[in-house]
Amino acid sequence: MSTPVTAGTAVERPYEIVVGLEVHVELTTESKIFCSCPTRFGAEPNSQVCPVCLGLPGTLPVLNRRALEQAVRAALALNCRIQPVAKFDRKNYHYPDLVKGYQISQYDLPVGYEGWLEVGDPANPRRIRIRRVHLEEDTGKSLHDQAPGASVVDYNRSGIPLLEIVSEPDIRSAEEARDYLMHLRQVMLYTGVSDARMEEGSLRVDCNVSVRPRGSDVFGTITEIKNLNSFRSVVRAIEYEAQRQWEVLSAGGTLRRETRHWDERREVTVALRRKEEAHDYRYFPDPDLLPVPLPADWVEEIRASLPELPGARRRRYVLDLDLSVRDADTLVGDPGLAGYFEDLLAAGAEARAAASWVLTQVLAWLNAQGAGIDAFPVPPARLARLLRLVDEGTISMTAAKDVFEEMVRTGAEPDAVVEARGLRQISDQAALLEIVDRVLAANPQPVADYRAGRQQALGFLVGQVMKETRGRANPQLVNDLLRQRLSSDG
Amino acid sequence: MTDRPLTELGVVETAEAVRRGRLRAEEVTRAHLDRIAAVDGRIRAFLHVTGEAALARAREIDEAVRRGADPGPLAGVPVAVKDNICTRGVPTTAASRMLQDFVPPYDATVIERLNAAGAIIIGKTNLDEFAMGSSTEHSAFQVTANPWDESRVPGGSSGGSAAAVAAGEAPAALGTDTGGSIRLPAAFCGVTGLKPTYGRVSRYGAIAFASSLDQIGPFARDARDTARLLAVLAGYDQRDSTSAQEPTADYEGALTGDVRGLKIGLPAEYFGEGVDSRVAQAVREAVAVLKDAGAQVVEVSLPYTSYTLPVYHLVATAEASSNLARYDGVRYGHRTSRRVTSHGDLIARSRGEGFGPEVKLRIILGTFALSAGYYDQYYGKAQQVRRLIKDDFERVLAQVDLLATPTAPTVAFPIGERADDPMAMYMADICTTGANLAGLPALSIPCGFLDGLPVGLQLIGRPFDEATLLRAADAYQRLTDHHLRRPALAAAGAAGGGA
Repeated sequence: MSTPVTAGTAVERPYEIVVGLEVHVELTTESKIFCSCPTRFGAEPNSQVCPVCLGLPGTLPVLNRRALEQAVRAALALNCRIQPVAKFDRKNYHYPDLVKGYQISQYDLPVGYEGWLEVGDPANPRRIRIRRVHLEEDTGKSLHDQAPGASVVDYNRSGIPLLEIVSEPDIRSAEEARDYLMHLRQVMLYTGVSDARMEEGSLRVDCNVSVRPRGSDVFGTITEIKNLNSFRSVVRAIEYEAQRQWEVLSAGGTLRRETRHWDERREVTVALRRKEEAHDYRYFPDPDLLPVPLPADWVEEIRASLPELPGARRRRYVLDLDLSVRDADTLVGDPGLAGYFEDLLAAGAEARAAASWVLTQVLAWLNAQGAGIDAFPVPPARLARLLRLVDEGTISMTAAKDVFEEMVRTGAEPDAVVEARGLRQISDQAALLEIVDRVLAANPQPVADYRAGRQQALGFLVGQVMKETRGRANPQLVNDLLRQRLSSDG
Repeated sequence: MTDRPLTELGVVETAEAVRRGRLRAEEVTRAHLDRIAAVDGRIRAFLHVTGEAALARAREIDEAVRRGADPGPLAGVPVAVKDNICTRGVPTTAASRMLQDFVPPYDATVIERLNAAGAIIIGKTNLDEFAMGSSTEHSAFQVTANPWDESRVPGGSSGGSAAAVAAGEAPAALGTDTGGSIRLPAAFCGVTGLKPTYGRVSRYGAIAFASSLDQIGPFARDARDTARLLAVLAGYDQRDSTSAQEPTADYEGALTGDVRGLKIGLPAEYFGEGVDSRVAQAVREAVAVLKDAGAQVVEVSLPYTSYTLPVYHLVATAEASSNLARYDGVRYGHRTSRRVTSHGDLIARSRGEGFGPEVKLRIILGTFALSAGYYDQYYGKAQQVRRLIKDDFERVLAQVDLLATPTAPTVAFPIGERADDPMAMYMADICTTGANLAGLPALSIPCGFLDGLPVGLQLIGRPFDEATLLRAADAYQRLTDHHLRRPALAAAGAAGGGA
């Protein structure tokens, strides 16, 4: 028996990839986690700092309640259980970008734990378990290319609230890792806790990768890959690393537990440091921060305030609204677009037609303008009206596209455009029949061709009718009338 | 206004005279600056004297009084500040080479409060490096002498502040107390020193030694002056998450002189092994004075007392190892001038050169106590026993209003005697660390003299009940005169006075 190979899918490997992801997400609070400095991205280096986030002697951290609330919000959206108290610990290590010689983090009591996120086909999803979600402070950023022979540090990022989201090793392919990240990112966007931009570093990913023979349930030696700055590099790095591990094992070699760096240019992973040489972080409870109770009713209030989450929305789109997985993904992946789509539904538009319009006409316009949905000039109710005109057969699809163009350009009401331009579709059978007969009489050759069995000739005749009516004829009706006439007048 | 030298006046006396325009803050400040100039060459209490700024500030106060404004409850009172408390624009070194050139761009909350109350910061005082020590001999810059006997230590780590108050260089001072660093030097120098309840006074701006133990507190020459200072220092500060929302009391109003019915516990463990019997005797006699005034005295027991010192050293060194990690030579502080090969090398060399031996010893101990595989055995265990020690105090303080003990097991010891013997040095703290571990308020007042050296009485109270401690101390001081005695130095170098 041979393994079937179909285009677009990889040859089945003799091994299985096992991946766990550690994702760092910067929270979108106005101010930093332990001081009141602003968190704006892209400011002049070291312009958003104060004695506290510079860790000057004698300064003390004061927890930003908003960061804690956002952490709880994200953890709830990831189906986590929430600790009864938020406790902070110190993670001790030295690095020039770490101002206090320790990072304030959460060690044994992460704010959220035992959560999950669904990936894959909504009809048959895979659940990736989330081990923990914890809150910590970001470090500064070392820059090695600013001055020759020296490193400099920008501390604007020092103290920006970070959420670390650690999955269980439940991910089984590079594609699934991408899928997980996509869904995770959507949860962050929907809950409003982060803008989750990988290119700005507000979403950072470390991958723990191992391989094992198919069918095995034993975990292999893990390597951790750092420096991944796009979903694409996550996929490539996992693919590369799994293949590398398998080759080492296949050649009878052994793997080391180590941290590896993804070399973006060469598309290879390179060993950084052995895990055995890893730091002893000497975690202990931060005595400067007292544990903060997270009362159950407060947590429930946050839970109740969560919007429909991307997973549920995706499921609804595919299972209830009968959209394709692809369309559902595209809509869910853009909360603004999905919101517009929801507004169309609320205004009475039919779901599949609405999705089709949003993902073709609307999206095309937005792409052409380089604009977001906020800048789209047609209110949802007005577009819904246009869809209704099509649905009711008042105008043809072709006409509708023209009306759409004008609505976008001038902000006009669809009915007004239809009237002004005389686009109302001719669905009057008697009126059309007259035109059909005229066309048939004027085109004996195509009529003969059709009768001789050349179906294409029908298209030409339809075209002639449409031309006579300047596109206003109901195409389905024209089709039906032509067939009727051509078969009866044999 | 008085025939006494201005350097002999207390906090309340000075402030009230300045407020009423009977004394000018500038004269007071000048008298103390003169006194410092006259005696500090011998006492070496100050690391930095802010003479010009103090005089300018004094003139502002005088101007305010002239305008009819009230500069506040500490109007014109010179205050010496331990050099681990941040003062904007004024060097704050923690007596460490590491911070020799550090000038904070901000004031500690206590400095803001002092300024708002009309006080005048007159200078920064010596301490054991990063407040780690019991004698002020571990300063990177100088050894402070005990004004009662210049061959002896002033106690530590706030030795400079205690010595300055004892020597008449300032009527008041700030210290920090992690394991006895206010009370021990108060005892050795014969002044009143208060460590408030943990959370009573904001720690913002105090260079951390051990965060869960550190408290800032005042030194003065008597309980009334101490009460006035506490009223200014105490209160919630949103910049310190561990500061308490608990309302403050009318500390001066609490000084009724009446101790009738007050229940004082004498914990047997504080009068036994390791404590000089003459010191124990002096303390018992002091308690007898309060008993004669109507207090009840009962013997009590704190069975976990023998664990306080080891638990203290585990907790304090562990926290210190982390708190001092920020001194890496990268952003501020000492940076090695040698060529380095990596950031690790930079950090190691800067720290190796910047820290003194006692600090290094404690960082190493604390790092070990927190390290993987030892955490449960050391730091974790210490936290558990700390809980038991706290329970011990809680149980006993449910039966009595306060505890009376010696502050230190001995009087001031000679300079050099214990400098190279950490264990002997640590023994000086056996009576004081318990209050830090339990977060309780405790003060030390002079209660007698042995061979011309002051003996300290320690009173330990219930959380946030500084008022009762001050009431008992004040009542005792109304009946005795130990707090009125001044070291012979005062007579020898009375340059600042007009006697």
